[in-house]
Formats: sequence, structure tokens, C-alpha cells
Amino acid sequence: MTYSDPTIWGIIIAIGLGTYGLRWSFLGALGNRPLPVWAQRLLRYTAVGVLPAIVAPLVAWPAATQGQPDPARLFAAAVAIVAGVATRNALAAILSGMTALYLSLYLIG
Amino acid sequence: MPAPTPASATEPTPDQARALARTPRQCVRHGFLQALPFILVLLPFGLLFGVVASDAGLDLAKTMGFTVLVLAGASQFTAVQLMTDQAPALVVIVSAVAVNLRMAMYSAALVPWLGAARPRDRAWVSYVLIDQTYALSVQHYERNPRLSMPQRLGYFLGAALATCVPWFVAAALGAIMGQAIPESWALDFAVPITFIALIAPALRSLPHLVAALVAVTAALVFAFLPSGMGLFVAAPLAMASGALTELALERRRARIGASLP
Repeated sequence: MTYSDPTIWGIIIAIGLGTYGLRWSFLGALGNRPLPVWAQRLLRYTAVGVLPAIVAPLVAWPAATQGQPDPARLFAAAVAIVAGVATRNALAAILSGMTALYLSLYLIG
Repeated sequence: MPAPTPASATEPTPDQARALARTPRQCVRHGFLQALPFILVLLPFGLLFGVVASDAGLDLAKTMGFTVLVLAGASQFTAVQLMTDQAPALVVIVSAVAVNLRMAMYSAALVPWLGAARPRDRAWVSYVLIDQTYALSVQHYERNPRLSMPQRLGYFLGAALATCVPWFVAAALGAIMGQAIPESWALDFAVPITFIALIAPALRSLPHLVAALVAVTAALVFAFLPSGMGLFVAAPLAMASGALTELALERRRARIGASLP
């Protein structure tokens, strides 16, 4: 990465303040005011909207293979999804995905 | 503010009586012990963050800056990944904060239990309000509605100590070890795998599945946009699809319910 040191610290502090603001929001300031139903509905899908959108290009065009689709990484991602859905356990999904990656990198070369 | 007390809670169960008899200090211990199993998840995640961050070029101070000031795994990984992609600073900040929007829901859920605490107590509770402390404490408060405020805060503090301190230590260890890990370990792919692992357990619900599929499709379609900007199109589209699917399911359920004799 090519950001200057002050930029990186600025990013860290801004994310820290924003996150603290969210945690403190109702407990510290808004109190018992109910969150509108439509807002609750949208908030439920923030993580599932943001994380897959970051992951998809990384899986389809990995930087490690200069952006060329890579069978080993596609396979590893598929294994992680299946393991995560089947076990509902994030750690099991990570271990299965990385094992699948090492195994296929070793076999395919 | 009185905590919501179910009508059946007039006669405390033996478990509730034991919880009520604890001193605040014993409550800290209790919360600490109940949160300990989470270390099994937090240690590897924290280690991985340290390794990935140092791999991306962040020194120990900046890695720990992220870990201590942000204190939210998925958000920290998001920021480091987008910075590796050279996304504009504003894109990094907005995306990493957006991943934490659920924290506002946790904050609202704690108001009935901790809303009457002193401002400085609510301030530190907000700092250590993470998935694990939220889940444990709300369960504990609901099971023991008559705890005093010092007992509630003590339990929260114990749970926070057992989860946040190991997270800091693990990230520091990861950052120090990071430089020694060879490229052949293919850790470039640890971040995508981690994100998949965080999301996959939720995919059994149809609205979450729809949101994830829209996110993936839109992110690939809009990948031609400058780095990080595709995310700004894909994520709102995915969130709206999830919310609309949920609404449609609710309406259908209501219709089916109304047509029954």
C-alpha cells in the first residue's frame, strides 16, 4: 500500500470513532427511542451485503495469480461456503477452506 | 429505569437466586468464565489479522492501532483488504464502518438493561460492545431480570476482559510472526476465506442468501469501476434485496395465515 503514515492513522482513527459512535448511539444518547422497522430490516443485511461484495472479485481474480482465475482458490472458496453452511461454525469453515486450498495447490501444483 | 420483569419471575429459580446472591466482584468472575470458550475463535482470528495486516505493510503500531481503536474483526479485515487494493481513504472508512452497523442494534438492545447506568459506565460498555459480549450479557440479563446494576456491569466487564484482551494479544503475536511467514502459505487467500466463513452460517435464511447472491453478482458486474467503488453499488443493492425478500416473505406468511379457517 502507498498511503502516507498520517493518512493511515487518519483512516484508523476515523473507523475507530465511527464504530464507537455506533456502539454508543442508543446506550449513550438515543436511549429508548425505537429504531424504525425499515432501518432494522436494512441493518440486518449490512454484513451479508458488504462482505460477499468484497470477496467475489478476490475469489474470481486473485492477486496472487495476477488476476487469472485459479481453480485451487475457486475450489477452496466453494469448500468454505459448504462447510460454513453445513456446520454454522466460522472456524470450521476457515479450516476446511484453507485445507482445501493447500491440498489443491499441492495436487495441481 | 426498571428492567422488564416477566410476571413469572416473582419466585426466583435456584439459578436466579445464585445469580442474585453474587457480589459485583463475583459477577466479574462469572462473566469472565462464561466468555472464556470464545477464546477458541478469537485467538485464531486475532492472529490472522495480525499476520494479514503486517503482510499488507502495516507496522506493529498501526496493526495495534486498528485492533485497539476499532476492536471489530470483520471491519478491520475489510479496511486492510481495501487498503491493499489502494482504494480511496473515504471508501476504506465508509466500508469498514458500514460493516459495524449492527453494533447500533446491539446498543439499542442493551438500553433496557444498562440504560440507567452512570454515563462513564455506559461509555466503557460501548467500547467493549462486541458480538460476544452482547450475546452473552443479553442472555444473562434476560435469564436473571432482577440483577442490580453493579451485578449487570460486573458480568459485562468479566465477559469483556475474557474476549477483548486475548484479541489484543493475538493480533500483536500475529503482527510479530507475520514477517516470518513465507509466501508459499498462500495467506493472500486467508481474508476471502475468513469473510466467507463469517457469512456462510447465515446463508440458511432465504433473505440472507438473496442478499449474498446479489452482492456477489453486482460486485463482479461493477468490478470495472475504480477500486472499491463497485462495493458502493453492490452493497446497497444487496441490502435492499435482503430487506425486500424479508418483507415479501412476511407478507406471504401473513396471507397464508389469514386464509386459514
